[in-house]
Amino acid sequence: MTLLSVREVSKRFGGLQAINGLSFDVARGSIKALIGPNGAGKTTLFNLISGVLEPDSGEIVFGGAAVQEMSSHQIASLGMVRTFQHIRLFPKMTVLENVMVGRHVHSRAGFIAGMLNLPFTWKEERRIREKSLEILEMLGIADHARTEASSLAYGQQRVVEIGRALACEPKLLLLDEPAAGLNMRETNDMGGRIAKIRDMGVTILLVEHDMSLVMKISDEVVVLSYGEKIAEDRPLAIQKNREVIRVYLGDDGC
Amino acid sequence: MRVRYFPVAAFAVLIVAIQLATHVTDSAYHLTQLTMTAYYSLLIVGLCMLIGYAGQISLGHAGFFAIGGYLTAFLTTRNLAPHQGKAVVSLLSKSGMLVSRPDIYGGDLLTVHPLLSCMAAVLLAVVIAYLVGGPVLKLKGHYLAMATLGFGIIIYRIALGTEFLGAADGISDVPGFPLALGLEITGKSSLRVLNYYLAWGLVILGMVLLLNLIHSRVGRALASIHGAEDAAEAVGIPTARYKLNVFVLSAAFASLAGVFLTHYNGGIGPSEASVMKSVRYVAIVAVGGMANLWGSLSMSLILNYLSLRGYFGTFDDAVFGIILIVIMLFAPDGLLRRHLFSDLKRLVSRNAADETAP
Repeated sequence: MTLLSVREVSKRFGGLQAINGLSFDVARGSIKALIGPNGAGKTTLFNLISGVLEPDSGEIVFGGAAVQEMSSHQIASLGMVRTFQHIRLFPKMTVLENVMVGRHVHSRAGFIAGMLNLPFTWKEERRIREKSLEILEMLGIADHARTEASSLAYGQQRVVEIGRALACEPKLLLLDEPAAGLNMRETNDMGGRIAKIRDMGVTILLVEHDMSLVMKISDEVVVLSYGEKIAEDRPLAIQKNREVIRVYLGDDGC
Repeated sequence: MRVRYFPVAAFAVLIVAIQLATHVTDSAYHLTQLTMTAYYSLLIVGLCMLIGYAGQISLGHAGFFAIGGYLTAFLTTRNLAPHQGKAVVSLLSKSGMLVSRPDIYGGDLLTVHPLLSCMAAVLLAVVIAYLVGGPVLKLKGHYLAMATLGFGIIIYRIALGTEFLGAADGISDVPGFPLALGLEITGKSSLRVLNYYLAWGLVILGMVLLLNLIHSRVGRALASIHGAEDAAEAVGIPTARYKLNVFVLSAAFASLAGVFLTHYNGGIGPSEASVMKSVRYVAIVAVGGMANLWGSLSMSLILNYLSLRGYFGTFDDAVFGIILIVIMLFAPDGLLRRHLFSDLKRLVSRNAADETAP
């Protein structure tokens, strides 16, 4: 069953056709990877899907709703949450507070209730804290709950960012290069975490350059080149695809 | 009792201690400036929410202060007696929203009740904040500062150039503001001590509301907008709406401060709307540590008091300008930061470690 459907989406920046008539589906409960050489349009596509940018034409359907004209926060509240290629934590907040912000769409205290400290907010705050701690424990970083986010090691910051996204209880998690800047052991751990998140029932779409990670965890791979899809298949088949090899290694490789 | 309210209690003790000190030293006249300081502090803590917590600058909050002060001054001094036949006036009169009092020439003056004028003033400030904040808060950094500065200048020029607002003289003979239980905001020296406690009581009430807010879901959302706006948006926080709401909230605090101080002083002049006032407010929030309500409040208490007592003399505005420049150069996160003590401790322990090293 399809959770996300990208249909004939195009985006142009001035003279550059960043994405050109792109279509693909993400099945519920799967891990799908987007790969392609630098400048292929992967991050642009992520920004289109998550509502940071609006497509020039085409349709993006998530869980049955057309989302291409919605803003980021509306899309997030529908259950599609992203991480960023360059980690975007709230630097002066603790790890726990960072994850607690992720509970925003599942709580409701507003300005008035907050200022008056209404009793229903106490229970809500306690639930937010408990749920956030649960997520930190699941990701194995509960020891750092009270640490200021900016003082963590790079690899741990990535995990916190994923934790914050998970706090939204997303149906679809968009991971923009989750292994960028990680060493081999950390990358391996990250692969394990992503598989674990999928096993919890979260569908995952990821952009990644680390091919060993992509080939190990993905159910399906989409290959982009100059804003167009040149292949979509299972990892093993992608490795043997002549067009993909040509794009990555040049004509001489064939 | 939650930990967040301990400083509130400590602050209340400080306020009582100051009053007792002026009583013992027979210098109760200080309480007048301290009461005025309280009302300015109400604006400061509201502005601290906007600048320090949500990370949005405003150089136009003296404008909101003036909107509140001028509207209440105008409504409570405008004689409605000649218009008694009109439907609106008689309706207000029947609902008890008009008060009659003798003017200085012995004639009879029929004016709007301060309670109604106060509500009207805050309502107007809130509406204007929504209208201005909508487009302006799409800007960031310097551009937001310049746009709010422009708003402040517009309000100042309107106050200065409008005949029925008293032009350069402003509005005087504003009556006191009777609250419930026989309390009244007024500059009468017989009610000086009472008004001192009333003013700081209002500040403490405002502080409790804001402290609650920063420890709530909304406070976290505001801090996250300050930290990384795109990431806040990505986890479902409607950043534009939150920024607008906190802007309006701070404008409401500013206009309330304007209303109260105008009734306390018995008048308002265009200097309250001037740009240098806005700069002063931002400087106080900056030196108070930006995201630090208590720091801003204590700096407001000290600096406003010194300024109102005339310690800065003719350099009054220059002092606040210099404070702002120095803070931006050497401590852009503010002087009384949240982590000041832990930073100092780290600095000291590092030095100690250096000394023990061979």
